[in-house]
Amino acid sequence: MSLVIQNLHARVVGGQEILRGLNLEIEKGRVHAIMGPNGSGKSTLSKIIAGHPDYEVTSGEVLLDGTNILPLSPDARARAGLFLAFQYPVEIPGVSNANFIRAARQARLAEGEELDAVDYYGELYKEMDSLEIPRSFTARSVNEGFSGGEKKRNEVLQMAMLQPSYAILDETDSGLDIDALKIVAAGVNAQRSSNVGMLVITHYQRLLDYITPDVVHVLVGGRIVRTAGPELAHELESKGYDWIREDLAESASA
Amino acid sequence: MRALKPAPPFFMTDSLLQDAPSAAALPEWFTKAKASATSAFEALPMPTRRDEFWRFSNLKALDPQDFTPARPVASEVCEELLASSSGIKASAGRLVFANDQLLARNTDAELAKTGVLWMPLSEALHSHSELLSRYFMRTESVLGSAKFQALHRSSVKEGSFLYVPKGVSVSAPLEAFHWLAGSGQAVFPHTIIVAEEGSSVTMVDWFKSASEARNMACGVNDLHVGAGAEVRYVCIQDWSRQTVSLHANATTVAERGSATHLGLHLGGLFSRIESLSRLNGAGARSDMLAATVADSAQEFDQRTLQDHRSPETYSDLLYKNALYDQAKTIVSGLIRVEPQAHKTDAFQKVRNLILSPDAEANSLPGLEILADDVRCSHGATTGEIDAEELFYMQSRGIPARDAYRLITFGFLNEVLERFPDQTVRERLQETLRARLHGH
Ligand SMILES: Nc1ncnc2c1ncn2[C@@H]1O[C@H](COP(=O)(O)OP(=O)(O)O)[C@@H](O)[C@H]1O
Ligand SMILES: [Mg+2]
Repeated sequence: MSLVIQNLHARVVGGQEILRGLNLEIEKGRVHAIMGPNGSGKSTLSKIIAGHPDYEVTSGEVLLDGTNILPLSPDARARAGLFLAFQYPVEIPGVSNANFIRAARQARLAEGEELDAVDYYGELYKEMDSLEIPRSFTARSVNEGFSGGEKKRNEVLQMAMLQPSYAILDETDSGLDIDALKIVAAGVNAQRSSNVGMLVITHYQRLLDYITPDVVHVLVGGRIVRTAGPELAHELESKGYDWIREDLAESASA
Repeated sequence: MRALKPAPPFFMTDSLLQDAPSAAALPEWFTKAKASATSAFEALPMPTRRDEFWRFSNLKALDPQDFTPARPVASEVCEELLASSSGIKASAGRLVFANDQLLARNTDAELAKTGVLWMPLSEALHSHSELLSRYFMRTESVLGSAKFQALHRSSVKEGSFLYVPKGVSVSAPLEAFHWLAGSGQAVFPHTIIVAEEGSSVTMVDWFKSASEARNMACGVNDLHVGAGAEVRYVCIQDWSRQTVSLHANATTVAERGSATHLGLHLGGLFSRIESLSRLNGAGARSDMLAATVADSAQEFDQRTLQDHRSPETYSDLLYKNALYDQAKTIVSGLIRVEPQAHKTDAFQKVRNLILSPDAEANSLPGLEILADDVRCSHGATTGEIDAEELFYMQSRGIPARDAYRLITFGFLNEVLERFPDQTVRERLQETLRARLHGH
């Protein structure tokens, strides 16, 4: 059981190619991290897997437990078990957080089946409490007026409520102070289990001190250029991305 | 009960006079004004699109049709309508009308003790004639519908009268239902609220049809907000999709008073909605809110005036329209600040959400600022569903269609959120959700 990305080539619709033959396999129960310089295509990769309409896949496949999800709509992919925690969570004016998450839960039920409101709120409050999100946030419009940290916690809350089998977390650490980072990381760690595979995208190694990955990949120029254990993150931290680029240039000219 | 002989079209005004209930018993001021309104209605020309207040209007919808003043509703139907009159769970009182006849009424016993008057207009005309005469249709029509207000004045026989004495605060909302049954019939619902100094009250008006038949409604509201008083009023216009509706609201606010007027516009084929807020005393405030769902061939023609006549007055208008199919909306909003109304704040925002390439939203803002030292802003925007919002929702598993509906709900809910009373707000949200169901 895994999320497999095979030789993925993708571009902005009618525009520039961003992913250039990307390969990755995220097994259930494991945490993979992707690191890479700004603009290397990390967010694009996550959005393409989730089905963002700005991008088109020119070749390759994304297999979720063996099924190619590329022909599916974004919502069908999510219901198939995929979750994306956005780098920039979107504000939805006038729609309360509780109703939004509820609609997402309802979408997973069979036609005619109704969500049990009492159970739902019980579960929602429990998850909010552990993420230290005030309960008043149920009535607030989705992400509207939330601070950076509140938005990220809200993403983790949604992940907890939707129980995906594969979760991609795009820079869930960016914009967080150390306390917020610890809360978010604890929330993510609480969801680590043999039932879920995670892809943690980050620019900095700091997050990986709190969410220890099994595997670390480096994404440069739309391709995975290096894969190793957690020590790779520390190496990148001390040497910077230029080290990888230089390394790549050398091996290319060799 | 009167014999049910079919009445001629209402534009033949004789029939309207005949139709008045026991005309002899009505107070003289009322019958006199009625007679002059009848002549005024006949004398005033039908509006044309050349009239400033009827630009872009579809006047075809207003061509004289064979509407007759509504006849009483059969008792079985009355039972059904009463059973369907489900509004606010805990209201302090309610009035239910069908075809301008009272079906049911109740008033919280505690409320009566406070001196609050809550009764059908037909009763108030007898029991509180003098009080009523001071407020009833005292604001002249300034937004284009003088002819139709004359028609209303000449034809009105029923409605709600709410009087809140000085210093009395009514915590639970009051509500009235106006049903329209039969076909080819016209009703003339009236709502009059008088809130004396320092009082506070919330009222909800429901306008609903018994069937899909083609009918007409020509209603008027008078909201009088006394010094330091607070009036929160909601109109839920949910007529059948075949109904031609004209509705004019006049709010006057005395010093330090505050009015909130919210229209949830859902029904009707053609709806002309006029709303005037006149800020008469220093420190007066008016919030003018409307949320409109327009689909199929529905048209909502909304005209507003924020009329600042005193210093340090405040008005804030937010009108939102969600348009599906071939629907059409117009919002023409004028802000007028009189020379003496310095230190005034007047805001106006119109937002249109276009959900179909065939829909048409028109925004016509206007400013007439005659005072110095004024903060004024107005703006209208028209847009579609935001692609990033849609993707975000879909990424949570919510199908596109549900996401569209949820985003549209949120768009309009921003207006409902502005209404101060939570019970009413939740009921409005429920009504809006039901209206969007199927889209
Ligand atoms: N919708 C888009 N239109 C045009 N360019 C885009 C679009 N999305 C991404 N890009 C470009 O693709 C590259 C990768 O972006 P992104 O995936 O956001 O990088 P990262 O997340 O690694 O910082 C950048 O050069 C960015 O400008
Ligand atoms: Mg990024």
